[in-house]
Amino acid sequence: MTADVLTYPAHADHGHDATATQTFGFWLYIMTDCILFASIFATYAVLSHNYAGGPTGKELFNLRYVFGETMFLLFSSVTYGFAVLAMNRNARNQVVGWLILTFFLGLGFIGMEVNEFTHMVLEGHGPDRSGFLSAFFTLVGTHGTHVSFGLIWMAVMIYQVTNKGLTTPIRSRLMRLSMFWHFLDIVWIGVFTIVYLLGVM
Amino acid sequence: MLLRGFADAIMMRAQQAIAEGPSQGYLPPYHYDQIFSAHGTIMIIFVAMPFFIGLMNIAVPLQIGARDVAFPFMNAISLWLTVISAALVMVSLGVGDFSHAGWTGYPPLSETQYSPGPGVDYWIWSLQLGGIGTLMTGINFFVTIVKMRAPGMTYMKLPVFTWAIFVTTALIMMAFPVLTVTLALLTLDRYLGMHFFTNSLGGNLMMFPNLFWIWGHPEVYIVILPAFGMFSEVVATFSQKRLFGYHSMIYASIAIGVLSFAVWLHHFFTMGAGADVNAFFGIATMIIAVPTGVKIFNWLFTMYRGRVQFTTPVLWTLAFIVTFTIGGMTGVLMSVPAADFVLHNSEFLVAHFHNMLIPGALFGYFAGYAYWFPKAFGFRLDEKWGKRAFWAWAIGFLVAFMPLYALGFMGMPRRLSHYDNPAWQPYLEVAAVGAVIIFVGIICQAVQLVVSIKNREALRDVTGDAWNGHTLEWAVASPPPFYNFAEIPVVHDLDAFTDMKEKGIAYQRPAKYHDIHMPKNTPAGFVIGMFAFAFGFAMVWHIWWLALVGALGMLVTLIVRSANDDVDYYVPAAEVERIENEHHRQLANADATREDAEPAPYFVHQV
Repeated sequence: MTADVLTYPAHADHGHDATATQTFGFWLYIMTDCILFASIFATYAVLSHNYAGGPTGKELFNLRYVFGETMFLLFSSVTYGFAVLAMNRNARNQVVGWLILTFFLGLGFIGMEVNEFTHMVLEGHGPDRSGFLSAFFTLVGTHGTHVSFGLIWMAVMIYQVTNKGLTTPIRSRLMRLSMFWHFLDIVWIGVFTIVYLLGVM
Repeated sequence: MLLRGFADAIMMRAQQAIAEGPSQGYLPPYHYDQIFSAHGTIMIIFVAMPFFIGLMNIAVPLQIGARDVAFPFMNAISLWLTVISAALVMVSLGVGDFSHAGWTGYPPLSETQYSPGPGVDYWIWSLQLGGIGTLMTGINFFVTIVKMRAPGMTYMKLPVFTWAIFVTTALIMMAFPVLTVTLALLTLDRYLGMHFFTNSLGGNLMMFPNLFWIWGHPEVYIVILPAFGMFSEVVATFSQKRLFGYHSMIYASIAIGVLSFAVWLHHFFTMGAGADVNAFFGIATMIIAVPTGVKIFNWLFTMYRGRVQFTTPVLWTLAFIVTFTIGGMTGVLMSVPAADFVLHNSEFLVAHFHNMLIPGALFGYFAGYAYWFPKAFGFRLDEKWGKRAFWAWAIGFLVAFMPLYALGFMGMPRRLSHYDNPAWQPYLEVAAVGAVIIFVGIICQAVQLVVSIKNREALRDVTGDAWNGHTLEWAVASPPPFYNFAEIPVVHDLDAFTDMKEKGIAYQRPAKYHDIHMPKNTPAGFVIGMFAFAFGFAMVWHIWWLALVGALGMLVTLIVRSANDDVDYYVPAAEVERIENEHHRQLANADATREDAEPAPYFVHQV
C-alpha cells in the first residue's frame, strides 16, 4: 500500500525539484521493502527443511516451468526499459505500446504462478501442510502480490498516459513504477536461486 | 489513550495489592491478562509513538525552516491510520475482548489453538495498521530532513532535536518492516492454518521472539531518542547557553541507533541460545550504556555554569537525569546473562523497563509538551499546576516502582493476578499508593490545561519567542502562520535564531513578499482511514465482504486521487503581507511593554 501512496505527487515547493524528492522517498520505500523481503527470506531459510513428512522441493518444483515464468518477468523488465526510453523521446504512443506489452508479460508471470499454486493446493500440498510449504507460499506469494499491485499501477498509468499525455507528475510516476518493477525482478532472482535452484538440489 | 493505559495500570496495582492468599482480588485471571496486554500495547504504540510524532510534526519543519513536510498527503494517511488503530483497541472493550497473550503476543499462546477468540486479532490488526502508518511517517520525515532544510543548514548545523528525529526515522524504516512481517506470519498461522510458529508440522516458535525483538528493541530507542532530543533542546534553552558537546551528542545518537540492532537477544537470554551467543548480546547491551552516558554528561555540562531557569521542562529533565541513571544501571546489571537468569521475567524487569520508559521517554515528552505548547497554541502552560504535576509524577513514579526492584529480588514473577507469599504484599501496597500519587499528577495536568486555557490572555506568547530560544521555530509567530515562513530563512550557525538575534537581523522584514506555494486540503486521507478501519474490524471478525470493501475502498480512493493533478495553490503575496503585518504589530507592542517591565533577556553565548 505504501507504494501506491507514494505514487501520488506531493507538492512542488521551496524551489526543490518535486520529482527528485518523490524519487528519493520512493527509493527509501523500496529499501524498507528490501528489509521486508529479507525477513521473509530469513524465515524461509529457517523453515526450508521442515517438511513434517510432506513433500520436499525436489518433488514439487518443475525447473523448466519456473524458468519459463522467470523469462516472462525478465523480459517485462526489458520492455519497461524501452517504455522509459520512449518517454525520454516524448513518444507517447510508443510509451503506451511498451507499457501494454510489459503488462501482458507481467500478467503471464502471475498467471503461471497462480497455476503452479493451484496445482499444488489441489494435490494436497497447500501452505497448511508443513512449515516448509508455509514459508514457500508466503515468500513466493508476497513477491506475486507485489507484482499484482505493480500491474494495477501499470493499468492506471496506461490510462493516464493515454488521457493526459506525458505531464511532469505522470513522468515522475512512470520513473517510480520503473524502479518498483526492476526491484521486483531483483527479488525474483533471489527467489529463483534460493527457493527453486537450491530446492531441487 | 494515556488515561486508558493508566486505568489499566491502576487496576493491576489494585489487584496485586489485595490478591494474596485466600483473597482472589476483584479481577479473574483472564480479564487481568487482557488488562496487562492492553496496557503494554497502548502505552508503547498509542501513547509514546503518537506523542513524540505529534511533537515532531510541530517542531521539525519549523526547526529546519521548511513550510511543510515532504509528503503532506501521506502524512494525513499516517495520522488516520494511527487514529483508527487506536480506535480498534478501544472498540475491543465493548465488542469482543482484547488479547490476553501479553503485549509481545508470543506463540504458541497467541495461536488459534490456545487463543481462538478475536482478542489476539484485535492486537494484530491494531498493531499492523498503526505500524504501516508509522513506517510512512518515518519515510516522510527522513525525506523532509534530507530534502527540505533551509539554505545554509548543513547536517552539522541541524538542531539537535531534528538530529534525534533523523536517527529515529532511520530506525523506523529499518525496524518496522520486520514488525509487518512478524504480524503477517502470525496472521497467516491464525487465518490460513499455516505453520510458522506452531508446535507441530514444522513450525518454529523461537522465530517469533527473534523477529519480534528485531523490531522491538530498536522500537525502544525509537521512543527514547526523540525524548533525548527534547531534553537537549530544553537544557540548552533554559541554561541560556549553547548545548555542550553538540557533535558528541549527534555521534552518540547514531551509535545508539546502530547498536540498537545488535542487542535484541537480551530479551530472551533464558531461551536456550547458548553461552557464546548470550555473551555477544550481553556485551553489545553493555556497550549501549557508553553513548547514553556521553549524553548524560553533555546535559550536565550544559547546565554547569549556565543560568538555569527552573521551569517545568527543566524539572522534568532533572528528574529524568537522576532516575534514568538508576534505570540504566539496573539495565547493565541485567545485561549480564548470568544475572538475567535470576531476574528474567521478575518484577525487577518490570521495574527496570518502567524506569527507562517513564523518566526516559514520557518525562521527555512532558518537557517537550510544555516547551512547544506556546509555539503550537500561542500561550504558555500554567507553571504552578505544571510543577504540581511534576512533583506528583516524580514522587509517584519512585513510590510505585522502587518496591518492584525489591520484589524482583524476593523472587516475585511478573504478570501475577494472584500470589500466596504474604511477604510480597506490603511492597505491592506501597506500589499501589505510588500509582495513586501518579494519578494525582495526571489530574494536575488536566487542571493545568483547563487553567491555562482560561488564563490564555495572561499567558499569551506575543513575540513567538516564548523562552528566548536558539532555533528557527522561535523566529515565527506563535501559533505559526499556516505557511510557517514568509521568507525561507538563510542559516549561518548551529543556533540559527540566536545567531540572528545577536546580529540584530531577527524579525527583519523582507523587501517584498512573494506568493507561497502550498498544498490544498484533501479529504482523501480521512476517507482512506475510514476504509482501513472497516478493513481492520472486518478482519478481526472474519466479515470477508466488508474486508474486501475496505481494501478496495483504500485502493480506489488512491487511484481517484491520483487523477487529480491540481493539488497545490498559491497564497497571494498580499495575503502573506497582511498576516505578517499583524505579527509585526504584535511584536512592536510586546517590545513597548517589555521595556517597561524588565530589561531584554541577557544572553550568554559560550562556545
